[in-house]
Amino acid sequence: MLATTLQAARSQMAFTLGFHIILASLGVALPALMLIANYRGLRHQDADALKLAQRWSKAVAVTFAVGAVTGTVLSFEFGLLWPAFTGRFGEVFGVLFAIEGIFFFLEAIFIAIYIFGWKHLSPWTHFWSGVPVVITGLGGAFSVVAVNSWMNQPQGYAPTTGKVTSVEPLKVIFNPAVPYEVPHMILAAYLVTGFLVASIYAVGMLRGRRDRIHRLGLLIPLTVACIATPIQFAVGDTAARSIAKDQPIKFAAMECVQTTSTDVTEYLGGRCTSSGVKDGIGIPGLDSFLVGWSTSTQVIGLDSVPPDDRPPANTMLHWAFDAMVGICSVLILLALWLGIGWWRKKDFPQSRWFLRATAVSGVASVVALECGWIVTEVGRQPWIVYNVMRTSDAVTQAGGIWITFAAVLALYLALGTTLIITLRAMSRRWRNADEQDVDVPYGPDAGPPADLATGTSG
Amino acid sequence: MTSANAVAVVLWIGATMYAVFAGADFGAGLWSLLAGGNERGRRPRELIDWAIGPVWEANHVWLIFAIVVLWTGFPSAFEAVFSTLFIPLSLAALGIVLRGSGFAFHHVARRARGRSLAELIFGLSSVLTPFFMGTVVGAIAGGRVPVGNAAGDPVTSWLNPLSLVIGALFVATGTYLSAVFLVSDARRARAPDLERYFGTRALVSAIVTGALAAAGLVVLRSDARFVFDGLKGDALPLVILSIVCGSAVLVLLRRNARRGARVLAAGAVGCVIWAWGVAQHPYLLPQKLTIAAAAAPSATLTSLLVVFGVAVLVVLPSLGLLFTLVQRNLVRETSRPTEQRRDKPHADRLRR
Repeated sequence: MLATTLQAARSQMAFTLGFHIILASLGVALPALMLIANYRGLRHQDADALKLAQRWSKAVAVTFAVGAVTGTVLSFEFGLLWPAFTGRFGEVFGVLFAIEGIFFFLEAIFIAIYIFGWKHLSPWTHFWSGVPVVITGLGGAFSVVAVNSWMNQPQGYAPTTGKVTSVEPLKVIFNPAVPYEVPHMILAAYLVTGFLVASIYAVGMLRGRRDRIHRLGLLIPLTVACIATPIQFAVGDTAARSIAKDQPIKFAAMECVQTTSTDVTEYLGGRCTSSGVKDGIGIPGLDSFLVGWSTSTQVIGLDSVPPDDRPPANTMLHWAFDAMVGICSVLILLALWLGIGWWRKKDFPQSRWFLRATAVSGVASVVALECGWIVTEVGRQPWIVYNVMRTSDAVTQAGGIWITFAAVLALYLALGTTLIITLRAMSRRWRNADEQDVDVPYGPDAGPPADLATGTSG
Repeated sequence: MTSANAVAVVLWIGATMYAVFAGADFGAGLWSLLAGGNERGRRPRELIDWAIGPVWEANHVWLIFAIVVLWTGFPSAFEAVFSTLFIPLSLAALGIVLRGSGFAFHHVARRARGRSLAELIFGLSSVLTPFFMGTVVGAIAGGRVPVGNAAGDPVTSWLNPLSLVIGALFVATGTYLSAVFLVSDARRARAPDLERYFGTRALVSAIVTGALAAAGLVVLRSDARFVFDGLKGDALPLVILSIVCGSAVLVLLRRNARRGARVLAAGAVGCVIWAWGVAQHPYLLPQKLTIAAAAAPSATLTSLLVVFGVAVLVVLPSLGLLFTLVQRNLVRETSRPTEQRRDKPHADRLRR
């Protein structure tokens, strides 16, 4: 059976976005880690911290370059996959991408200045050249996520059917979903990057590399992630409550609420069926309580809309939501562990179990990130613009999407593999490098490209 | 000027910047591909690397800029172009992915085999991307992109003589620009042999580009009469200016002049792009969709112009800073040539 263009387009979009979101998170938060290390290095004459900053800046360069590419693909996909969506609403949400363009442009420029300026700018000038990278990363994240927020809570245009003839850009930019969706994503970026980088150094320490570089390389990102995690939990909780109000059907699908009622049971896990959740752990009344601080709060169920208007893959959505919340909860325990260790001994816990937990936290946080993305995207279906335009009406009429999806799949798998191999090779090189091979930050100018000028080679 | 026309000008500025800067990058990719075997092509490739390393990322952003301005300012044109021309634009995107990642990785790949594979991918995709972009422009100029979701022919819209010639012209233009730019870069790197090397290539590619442009005019005359008439009419001064600039570059190159070649070469290319825009005015998609009919509501257009104004105030100085630092050798990847030498014993060890 040939599957539809819509399925192919949705698969391709989901895959490319799910890939890009990891690189984008690194692009937003890794420069901040790099600058923290850089600051520490300059402030406390800490050569190890400077070395970390320099290494991370090279990782920033590689991930940013790949992220720029996957981001360009996404901008193409707005037209290649969803031309009717962009054709109708591009004039509404497009300004946000124009703003994002400025941030992205500045980010690219200052990353170039920072990376290539290690040996050529004075130390503090060099540090300050990295600050715009962090700021523009935040600005870019705001702009892009605000577009997604607008798709969840469309407003600021008229008429609501047919061709748009008037737009209120400020209402579009500051739509009702921005206050919870944007901070949620930015915190996720810091959380994921922090745990991911820390996990790499944790693995190194588990393998016996307990030098100061590894300890600093674990501590800086882990501290950032552990500060972000509890805040993220609170922001996520607020977001869920707002979704229950703004997009009740998405919320109902997340929690498998079939019929509108009060005293709704909160289920952990289980299978979603039309007659309720099977095999899940149920806590009576908790869902209502979480939505409105009282078990008598009414929660809207999926039955309030026709079957055509309900999100697909209900069980997967429910599991994605539970996995995200579950992982975040466990990561809070890790943060507590670090906090207690720091409070008692001014150091992170030295036990192997702590290192093991940190080593797993990186992958776990990426899983949580993807789950969150599934919740917000699949949960909005069948709408591309909530309650306004169906995804099936947005898709291209062009044929052959399965071919491009297959090509993209193969290409991105190769890209991801190469990226990981490259980053691993870089780290191995740093580790094995003899003294000569280690670049010294702010070392003397090596002069013009010597062997080009002399023309010695044949 | 109406705000729709103003946004069209902004779109054309983005397209011009992309054509000139990213075009030169694409061309550099082709030169790196043509430079020959590992040892023979090493020095030209090193120069290419050294010259475009710090700036390539920023150059490429112009594409995203132009795409976003198109879908925000003229969404129906964006819909028509990206749905009808699904195939060449998918292939161009493929080229962009390969090229970007090839470049990102070949910088860090140490082993010779990985490095030359990355370089090969970088080179090939540097040809594919501008070629398919060119076929897209050919399809638009030829009036083969009707309004609507995939309303045009998915194949013949871009697989026709006009599109193919313009595709080839795009590739040639990039090689021409980059050869001219690399002559200056070789001078900056004090490598007279490479200066001669790229000087010769600049001359050859200038002649090829000129010939292709002339061929393009012939095809335009029979296939895209509206645009051809525009080039003969309102856009004629720009066409003449482009020819003058292009010829002046040839003269400067022959005389080994130190200044002016780069600006004039970029000017020659820019004039062609603006000539195309003027020639098809008031249409965005010739004889299918006018700028006014495609334009977004006025609040959107105003916001776009404001954002563009901010971009000019903020991005241009930053970009200027980057280029200045690069030109003064303050920022660049100094480690590369020296690192390579240091690297050799290591590579030998690996082989053993």
